[in-house]
Order: sequence, then structure tokens, then C-alpha cells
Amino acid sequence: MESKPPGEDVNNVVAMRQAEAPKVWSDRLSDLAKTKEKALYIQLFQHFAPKVKAYIIRLGLVETTAEELMQETMLAVWRKAHLYNPSKAAASTWIFTLARNQSIDWMRKQKYPEYGLESWHEEPDEENDVCEQVITSDRMAKVISQLPEDQAQVIYMSFYEGRSHSDISDRLGVPLGSVKSRIRLAAGKIKMMWSDEV
Amino acid sequence: MNIKHHLDEATLMSYTAGSMSQAMALVVACHLSMCTACRERAHESEAIGGMLLDSLKPAPVGDDALAQVLACIDGLPEAEAEALDASYKDTQSCSENKSHLNIGSSVPSPLSIYIGSSLDHIEWTRIVPGVHYHDLPFKTERGGVSRLLRIAPGKAMLPHSHDGNELTLILCGSFTDEVGRFTVGDIADLDNEIQHQPLVDSNEDCICLIATDAPLKFSTLLGKIVQPMTGF
Ligand SMILES: [Zn+2]
Repeated sequence: MESKPPGEDVNNVVAMRQAEAPKVWSDRLSDLAKTKEKALYIQLFQHFAPKVKAYIIRLGLVETTAEELMQETMLAVWRKAHLYNPSKAAASTWIFTLARNQSIDWMRKQKYPEYGLESWHEEPDEENDVCEQVITSDRMAKVISQLPEDQAQVIYMSFYEGRSHSDISDRLGVPLGSVKSRIRLAAGKIKMMWSDEV
Repeated sequence: MNIKHHLDEATLMSYTAGSMSQAMALVVACHLSMCTACRERAHESEAIGGMLLDSLKPAPVGDDALAQVLACIDGLPEAEAEALDASYKDTQSCSENKSHLNIGSSVPSPLSIYIGSSLDHIEWTRIVPGVHYHDLPFKTERGGVSRLLRIAPGKAMLPHSHDGNELTLILCGSFTDEVGRFTVGDIADLDNEIQHQPLVDSNEDCICLIATDAPLKFSTLLGKIVQPMTGF
């Protein structure tokens, strides 16, 4: 790895390890939707709650707020479990969107414009799509950890710090166009690995 | 709906990361509700968010966090919970239907929260003859402006460029600029490297939803909208 730009911590991206067996969690979440079994929910809670809280803290919110929003998010996991569609997303992806929306709604005191969750509960696609989604999420962990540092950094600043393109551009002192092309390059690489896999 | 102009990859990523201004996110959400192709791409971007969540070092949660959430769940009357979900589903399926309308007056569901389900009852403010706008009631937010513009046939904006990003979604009618022809559902996703001059090219008013992340420049842009296109 080359030198890091000062002030921007990208260690978490560089050191990112492959996510452990995400399929297990996606299975548990879709089972929860069917059974509403508390034992499953508790497992999901214990796995995801600390990650959700870590995500919210990274967005810059204080501990007590992060705790509260984490609880709201995990409550939404229970209440909306029946909307989860394993053919569309890994459990972590779905929970990420819930945590993201809870946090943004709180920070902005207004709802983040959503394109609707209709796509989450469309008719499930064929069975092999489930595998594809899981492989994809798995592969992506590896891909991101292999991105050049300047690309990993803009992904990191977008997802973990919630920074807009202009904000990233200001902070890194690079033109807006470069920020966007780094993000495009990163996305391109991720999707190339995706299509290689399928 | 035959959509030809889609969201830039970087724009989509910013939206799914939750790092986009309210004003811009609204335009993106509207396009996504109209465009299956971009919705698929949005799912791909969201998978990156999920993967990042997977990779985060867990933060300690309150000792009684699980107990509290479980208590909430138990306190949630079954009937109420189902009613909530049912009403949620209703809005969703309703919006899904709406997004499939391809007539000019359809309002994408994320926008209908602000203006209702029809473009016919908007209170327009005139800038110059043939050009009207309607501001969306966002709370003050750094760098976020979005508004509806209604431009009469034959009108155009002066060539302009941007400090930041600019998103323009066509809700009704069409326009043509240097990039191409834009019809209902199409989105012009431009950054500061592109100069363009949209011209309403049919005999129908063009209504579009515009957002920028550089508000001052946006006012300038509006100030530059010109009189009927005689000189072009
Ligand atoms: Zn599209």
C-alpha cells in the first residue's frame, strides 16, 4: 500500500476482510420473516446490532443517539422482515438500507427520498439468483479491499462518512470530476468482478 | 416507458450511500421509481453498503439493548403491527402502479409526497413569459435546492455550466440539448464539465424536476433563462 493522505483513515477499507458466510444471515432473516421466531431474531440482533451501531457512529453521531437509532433500526428489522427478499439482497444489504434511512431521517429531520421498497417484495426470482446475490456480496468484500487506495477512500467517505461528492472534493482538494471518476472506476471494478463470477 | 438517459454511476453510488443532499436524492429517487434498469443498478450499489456493514468492527451496544428491543416487540400489538405493514404495502403498491403510468401527467411517488399525484394543480411562479417554477418545501440544508420548472415550447435556457452537479428529470414533454433528446423519465445527470443548452422541442410544455448541489449557481442559472428563442 502506498502512503495515506493525512487525516483520512482508510485502514478499515484496506484491512477489510471477506465477510463471513453472509448466506447464513440471509437465510436466518428470511426464516424470521416466515416464522417470527424470537430465537432467530436474537441471533440476528447479536450479529448485526453492534455493526449497525458502529456504522451510525461512523456517520458522526454521538454514542447515545447511535444506541437509540440502532435500536430503532433493529426494531425495523423485526417489523419489516416480511418485506425482505433474499433474491434481491443479502441480509446485511437490507439492514444497511434500514440503518441508513433511520440515521439520515434523524439527522435531517425529514425523510430521505426513497424509491420505495416495492422492489424488495417483488416476486422472488429463480432460486439461483439467491446464490448469485450471496456470491456477489462475498466477492465485493474482496474487491473493495483490493481497490487502489484513492478509490477505496472515496467509497469509504461516501458510505461511512456520508459525504457528498462536493464535500469529498473539498476535503481531498481534488476536482469534483476526479471524485466522480474515482467512484465510477471503483464501481466498474466491483461490477467487473461481479460479472466474472457469474 | 422508454428511458434512454440514465443516472451516472457516481450519482447512484452517492444516493445509495446516503451521502446525497435531500434535493438531489429526491430527483434520483424519482428516476429510480420510473426506471427498472437503474433500480437494478441501485441494488448493486446497496450491496456495497451491506458488505461495508459486514466488515465494520462491532461497537459495544448497551447491556439492556436487546431486552429493550424485545420489550418493544412484545409491546407492539400484533394487530397494530400488521395494520402498519398493510398500510405501508398499500402505499408501496400504489406508488408502483403510478410509476408505471406513462402519460405525461404522472408524478413519481417520491415527488407526490410534496406535490400530490397530479402536475395539474401546482402553484407556478412566473420568471419570464413561458417559464415558471415551483420550489419544493425542503428545510434549509447546505447545498440543496430542488424545484420544478415549466417551460413553454420553443423556449430555452442560455448555455450554462455548473459549479457542482445538476440533475434534471423530465416529467412531461421533452427537450433537446447538446447531449441528446430527453423525454419523460429521462434524466440529465451533468457535472461541471458539461456545458449545455436545453431547448423545449415539441409543442407541449416541458415540466422537469431540477436539483443542484450548488444553490447559488442554480439561481444564476434561473436568472439566465431567456425569452422566446428567436436568435437560435
Ligand atoms: Zn435509469
